[in-house]
Amino acid sequence: MVALSVPAVVVDPGHQWTGALLEAAVAGPAPDPAAESANQAARRRLELAPFPGRRQEAWRFTDPTPLLAVPPQLRPSGSEAADLPAPAPGVVRIRLDGRGDALAGVALPAGIEPLGAGELQALLAHDPLAASAEGGPDAPGEGARGDSWIALLTAASAGAVLGLRVRGAVVSPLELVSDTAATSGVLPLRVLLVLEAGAQLELLQVHRAAAASLTTVLVEARLGAGSVLRHGLVGQGAAASVLLAAVAVRQELGSHYAFSSAVAGWGLSRLEPRVFQASGAATTRLRALQCIDGQQLADQHSEVRFGGPDGSLDQLHKVIAAGAGRSVFDGAVRVPRLAQRTQAVQMSRSLLLSDRARIDTKPQLEIVADDVKCAHGATVTRLQQEELFYLRSRGINAASAGRLLLRGFCAEVLADLPAAAAIWQPLAMAWGDEATER
Amino acid sequence: MIRPDAPVLLEIHDLRASVDDQPILHGVNLTIRAGEIHAVMGRNGSGKSTLSKVLAGHPAYTVTGGSVRYRGEDLLALDPEQRARQGLFLGFQYPVEIPGVSNLEFLRVATNARRLEQGAEELDTFAFEDLVRERLAVVQMDPAFLDRSVNEGFSGGEKKRNEILQMALLEPEVAILDETDSGLDIDALRIVAGGVNQLASPDNATLLITHYQRLLDVITPDYVHVMAAGRILRTGGKELALELEESGYDWVDAALAELEPAPGVPGPAVEVG
Repeated sequence: MVALSVPAVVVDPGHQWTGALLEAAVAGPAPDPAAESANQAARRRLELAPFPGRRQEAWRFTDPTPLLAVPPQLRPSGSEAADLPAPAPGVVRIRLDGRGDALAGVALPAGIEPLGAGELQALLAHDPLAASAEGGPDAPGEGARGDSWIALLTAASAGAVLGLRVRGAVVSPLELVSDTAATSGVLPLRVLLVLEAGAQLELLQVHRAAAASLTTVLVEARLGAGSVLRHGLVGQGAAASVLLAAVAVRQELGSHYAFSSAVAGWGLSRLEPRVFQASGAATTRLRALQCIDGQQLADQHSEVRFGGPDGSLDQLHKVIAAGAGRSVFDGAVRVPRLAQRTQAVQMSRSLLLSDRARIDTKPQLEIVADDVKCAHGATVTRLQQEELFYLRSRGINAASAGRLLLRGFCAEVLADLPAAAAIWQPLAMAWGDEATER
Repeated sequence: MIRPDAPVLLEIHDLRASVDDQPILHGVNLTIRAGEIHAVMGRNGSGKSTLSKVLAGHPAYTVTGGSVRYRGEDLLALDPEQRARQGLFLGFQYPVEIPGVSNLEFLRVATNARRLEQGAEELDTFAFEDLVRERLAVVQMDPAFLDRSVNEGFSGGEKKRNEILQMALLEPEVAILDETDSGLDIDALRIVAGGVNQLASPDNATLLITHYQRLLDVITPDYVHVMAAGRILRTGGKELALELEESGYDWVDAALAELEPAPGVPGPAVEVG
């Protein structure tokens, strides 16, 4: 007699969550026609992709549980908070709520125009997902990161794509703001920027949240030859909120891309900047600050690939870890044989303020070219007693001295944020009071 | 300037201290009155720097005995920041680099902490800039150093100038300068010493900790103390420094041998045949 074992039906809560969200997206308001085909392509891939979890290398240290606590439904549009600080003078603000026309009522600065629907559709079709943008001649090398789950999720659920073309040097910085405020649910945001040759733009993304919400963002930027994009991201969240942000940048010859981010307060945040220097001879500068406390987890998985010679990268990743916070940093730098004379520096500096906090940091340099200058390093330290004593010996009390040191630690990254970030008080966001120290 | 009737600013009595359970100070006695300049000399490891750190309240040092009275009050009961606000200043042998903290802001915060303690008004950024620019002249310091991070990337001389600039801003009553002359070339030494001389007054006192006579060529001490094995072995006038310059510290060992060994200090090694 043969005993028949009946396989148990395993219901994976992650898949259930994703399925429910996609159903909600399909049932919701009809998407922008340009976004629709991109949505469908992404949905097919998302259904095949495993939900993030320990079994995948890219999520090994990052527990996605907080995501499952967010209701799998799109956040209703028009429910965002109104109490935003006024933009800095000269800054053009675009509010993003994931639906409808984000540009309604916005006077775009000279040099920036919306991509036409046909144009946008063509770009999205040709390059359906930033995460795997480099098929064909730019095929990723062995070991390159696969699909970005964040990019797939965003592309599958975003009902609209903000597409902009930038020509010449744009004087007014652009500010993209989302705030889920007290409303729970998922807010997918997708942005595509095309910088023509020689164009210059300063772009600041600001994402705020206060409830059990997921803000999932995909920003793609194509930098034409000699163009310059100064890009900042300020993310201020709450214990129940999740921020997932993918940035995919393709740089042509002689272009410069700088990305600085400051993230604090989220129960779970993950940033995935991916930069591809398509033909080399471009410069990339990455700066990141993550502040974690309580049970928060902040993750950054970055990837920079050099597709030609004479490129450079200057990357600094900083973490302040308090409470039982966790930080994950994985920084991949790929220098294939054709990328001779590449110069790349990657540093990870973490400040551990508590015995319960945990930091996982992993530089990942793959260098095949032989004529390169590449350096990396990682440090994890505590507040230095000698520094504290020095400040105290000048009359500054212990608590203020500690704060001053933390501010000093943050300053290196915050100084790199676009000037428009000042109104969001990234330092106060990172470390409490702005009051005069004494 | 020695005035027997001047008020006592600092009175150190039988001070004993250790670091990592290792006794370093074995009973230091020293009285400093307003207007006086004292020099403490001695070999490496004699306890000079430990004395300065203990007086400033460094948390790594434990006071195990004795007392220190500052203007009549128990100095050892105060936190480092309270000592500083009340007018005790330590010029560091190795000033600490603090990346990301602007020197100007650091100086302003420190100055205001001291001013509040003195009952003066806090200075806003503009008023403070005026003050700091005036005080820069004391050490002939380039204003560009104000915009940099505290001591970061400063040369040895620039760091020491920055220390004296802090002293000029904080206007201490007792300034302890730990090897302020170390690492300075002769020009920088003159500038730094000139700053110290300008700041010395009948109302304050200076304690110089140094290895070398050359600092005392430019700052004339009223008293010179020789430290060895965690105590003050000899005290004299400025001529004692000159004598040390000529004869060195060899006599110290003989003088120490005459003293009974201090507790915790191993006696001379005995060779076992």
